[in-house]
Amino acid sequence: MADYPKDVRYTKEHEWARRTGQTVLVGVTAHAQEALGDVVYVDLPKVGAILAAGAVFGTVESTKAVSELFAPIGGKVVKVNQSLADEPHLINQDPYGKGWLCEIEPAQPSELEALMDADAYAALLAASPA
Amino acid sequence: MARKTPLYEAHRALGARLVDFAGWEMPVQYTSVISEHEAVRTAAGLFDVSHMGEVEFRGPGALESANGLITNDLGRIADGQAVYAGLLNHAGGFVDDVVAYRFSPERILICVNASNRAKDFAWMREHAGAVKPVDRGDDFAQLAVQGPKAATIVQRLTPLDLSSIGTYHFAEAPVAGVSCIVSRTGYTGEDGFELYCPPERSVALWNALLEGGAADGIRPAGLGARDSLRTEMKYALYGNDIDDLRTPLEAGLGWVVKWDKGDFVGRAALESQKKEGVTRKLVGFEMREPGIPRHGYPLLDAGVPAGMVTSGTMGPSVKKAIGIGYLPVAMAREGMQLEVEIRGRPVKAEVVKTPFWRRS
Repeated sequence: MADYPKDVRYTKEHEWARRTGQTVLVGVTAHAQEALGDVVYVDLPKVGAILAAGAVFGTVESTKAVSELFAPIGGKVVKVNQSLADEPHLINQDPYGKGWLCEIEPAQPSELEALMDADAYAALLAASPA
Repeated sequence: MARKTPLYEAHRALGARLVDFAGWEMPVQYTSVISEHEAVRTAAGLFDVSHMGEVEFRGPGALESANGLITNDLGRIADGQAVYAGLLNHAGGFVDDVVAYRFSPERILICVNASNRAKDFAWMREHAGAVKPVDRGDDFAQLAVQGPKAATIVQRLTPLDLSSIGTYHFAEAPVAGVSCIVSRTGYTGEDGFELYCPPERSVALWNALLEGGAADGIRPAGLGARDSLRTEMKYALYGNDIDDLRTPLEAGLGWVVKWDKGDFVGRAALESQKKEGVTRKLVGFEMREPGIPRHGYPLLDAGVPAGMVTSGTMGPSVKKAIGIGYLPVAMAREGMQLEVEIRGRPVKAEVVKTPFWRRS
């Protein structure tokens, strides 16, 4: 079953963002990986790319479907998860940990506070059709 | 409202994710597409394919009537054998691809794709000879048991000697006490059986197969695995790789056209296409750069549009991103370099020999 850690913020596109010092780690939620099914390919931005909040910054593909990734916050990509090139299933196995997507240096750190907390995200999932 | 097979509740109880497929609510996966795919390659998978349709020709002249509609030849096989065939329109395009079973010259059963049931039946009614077909689609459920352990599992449940049933042969026999047509056919590239049974007995058969095969590692498998398995074999999926506008000669299915059998619908068009030569062919390719080809993506020749991807996936057994698509004949040869346009970006690929997967 999906779980919703308290130390990250959530978007309605089912991504999460976690502050780690000056930067923010971004990934997809347990709900997202469950809905996707087996992840077989991830297309991520290059280090140095500038993302606008809400913009498409990559894709994640399962055996059947292609889904776009939307930046939870704006900023500069300072690191991407290289492990996903060979082990995309890390997103299924550990969506909030080893399956992280990229690390962003936020343009406006306050954007993070505008995202949903765990309770709000759980409520969103509970309200949407299964 | 989507139709449900008699196994719908069984799928729900197993925690399947259900999706609409050709107007049917079908399991796409139970646990994960990759693990179900692997189960079929290494042990056995159990598929509900009751959405498929069946059309029957009965009485004197049944064989001739059915044979006049399909590209393969029911006249050259024995009773108890089946053939894969094209059901073509007058232009030589596929109305559907089918499996035709010869019980006797007076009884032929044709299995058709779920998405084409109504279209096929109307087409066959209109174009059949003296014997008109009857729609038997609601009289059968169909379960496919596929994988290297399939024969072991089914054998324990039936008095029929399965070693006497070769590939594309079939017999009528009870399996787990349920009367079935036991057909050694499938859509996965593995050994296995397709079992046609009365819908009201399908749950009993399904449960018996899952219980009887548990020790051999049988697992319920959904349409997701069915698609990745067939793609690794380059088996055509109607609506993706073949359709009303593609002919068997273009689809690399010339072997299902028997030229010495006499007339059949679409023959004249195929003959002229054969004489003039096809302009495009269905090929298999592997990605040479990261990316997964998907249905509808353009195929490029040095950046210039040359064709279209009709199926593609990350092949769980071949462990490569693979695709199928139409290319001009000049490009349709092994080793040809091309690109797949993935979200506006050309990504390198190469035409390879198919099937992508070979049973060891």
